[in-house]
Amino acid sequence: MRYLCLIYENEKSYATMPKEQSDAVMADYGAFTQGIKDSGHYVGGNALQPTPAATTLRVRNGKVSTTDGPFAETKEQLGGYYLINAKDLNDAIQVASRIPSAKSGSIEVRPIQEFGDA
Amino acid sequence: MRERIDEIYRADSRRVLATLIRLLGDFDLAEEALHDAFMAALERWPNEGLPRNPRAWLVSAGRFKAIDRVRRRANFDAAVSRFAEDKDRTTPASLDVEDEDVPDDRLRLLFTCCHPALSPDAQIALTLREVCGLTTEEVAHAFLTPPPTIAQRIVRAKAKIRDARIPYEIPSRADLPARLDSVLHVTYLVFNEGYLASSGSTLTRPDLSREAVRLARLTLELLPDPEVMGLLALMLLHESRRAARATSEGELILLDDQDRCLWNRQQIAEGIALVERALTSRRVGPYSLQAAIAAVHAEAPNAAATDWRQIVALYDVLLRVDPSPVIELNRAAAVAMRDGAAAGLALIDGLLERGELTTYLHAHSARADLLRRLGRVSEAIAAYERAARLATQEPERRFLARRLSALRT
Repeated sequence: MRYLCLIYENEKSYATMPKEQSDAVMADYGAFTQGIKDSGHYVGGNALQPTPAATTLRVRNGKVSTTDGPFAETKEQLGGYYLINAKDLNDAIQVASRIPSAKSGSIEVRPIQEFGDA
Repeated sequence: MRERIDEIYRADSRRVLATLIRLLGDFDLAEEALHDAFMAALERWPNEGLPRNPRAWLVSAGRFKAIDRVRRRANFDAAVSRFAEDKDRTTPASLDVEDEDVPDDRLRLLFTCCHPALSPDAQIALTLREVCGLTTEEVAHAFLTPPPTIAQRIVRAKAKIRDARIPYEIPSRADLPARLDSVLHVTYLVFNEGYLASSGSTLTRPDLSREAVRLARLTLELLPDPEVMGLLALMLLHESRRAARATSEGELILLDDQDRCLWNRQQIAEGIALVERALTSRRVGPYSLQAAIAAVHAEAPNAAATDWRQIVALYDVLLRVDPSPVIELNRAAAVAMRDGAAAGLALIDGLLERGELTTYLHAHSARADLLRRLGRVSEAIAAYERAARLATQEPERRFLARRLSALRT
């Protein structure tokens, strides 16, 4: 089954982080990503630019309206994601628990709703 | 080769996992190692050919991969890095796995999952996932629980096994009877959940019963104890009636009214053979005795030909071995068949007067049935009404409603 692991973290702490520390985080992520590629869990994943780069849009009565920023102000922001293949939820939790940001932020694990081919 | 590897995965992955858990002492690491081992097999076997002993190859590969992984992760988790140091001191030659160890490892795993320090809920969830190989989602579906709840239960149980240093072993001879009890109990709970679902709109969940039968076969293969035989026999004999237990509309059919042509003869034959083996041992326990009772029913060509004398005699022994009010109730029903409804009714009334089973549905429905047979209609109606109030399952409730409306007309 496929699971989406959403990585939530306080993006402000990243903006103020010393360079050697952010290098270490990047190295951890590099190792983690290689690890789940080797184990066959990896399907895809990306880091996201900070929330000021976000645009939220809605279509109401056929008209598009857009606003800057994410849908909701939160203490932790969505900063990236992995899409993984796992045997089951426990397996997915095991993988997600090793995402480096799990130690500082939180990871939401959600099963992908699979629709049949028919 | 791909197909061959898939086949090996289906047949052997649980055994390899059990051994890896023993060698690595960590459920999660062992699961990853199992995964890595099969990835390695997919890579190498197509070129190098099937190894002489695929299972031992997988265990060795998994173990090496786990050591690699732990080294890479060494600063991630201090506890695991200690393990890596230990393993550094082990020479590669000693990593060879004796295939004879493997069956024992599955039994160790079963005993670990059923450790009395874990709650019964956790025991069942862990057993189904680790020993039977069901996914978390399948376990959750079976128990009508959201997957995150089950996942949490499994994660906690594994943490408890690790933190409390629950040993990964078959208990010593002295502890064995008590611990085997909980393994058999979990197996029987899984079976019963599949045979008579505790709530909900459907009567049974056949997949769970099949898993329980498989679990008992595994236990028996590894530990030929008479009570294991007895439990497997009991489940097979119950299972043999599955097709006859309900109408196509899902309505309950009682044992007496079942079409015995629908009983599965193969399961009955296997069950009876197991009961006979269990009874020739000198240690006869409650599962074997219940199986023996089920076997007497199975041997009768029709309900009227049932040997009630033998059934009552078996209940007498069962009451000495494992006294309980429910068994007394079942014995009373058998006495009613042997000596007449009035004799059975006196016994059930005695039980209810002792204050036992007053909230037990089957005590009231059995009593109602005897009153009905004695022609004491208004008392029978009252007893059926009482039973209906206690029913939690739709088919049971409808069955009692049918009995009630038949009496009222």
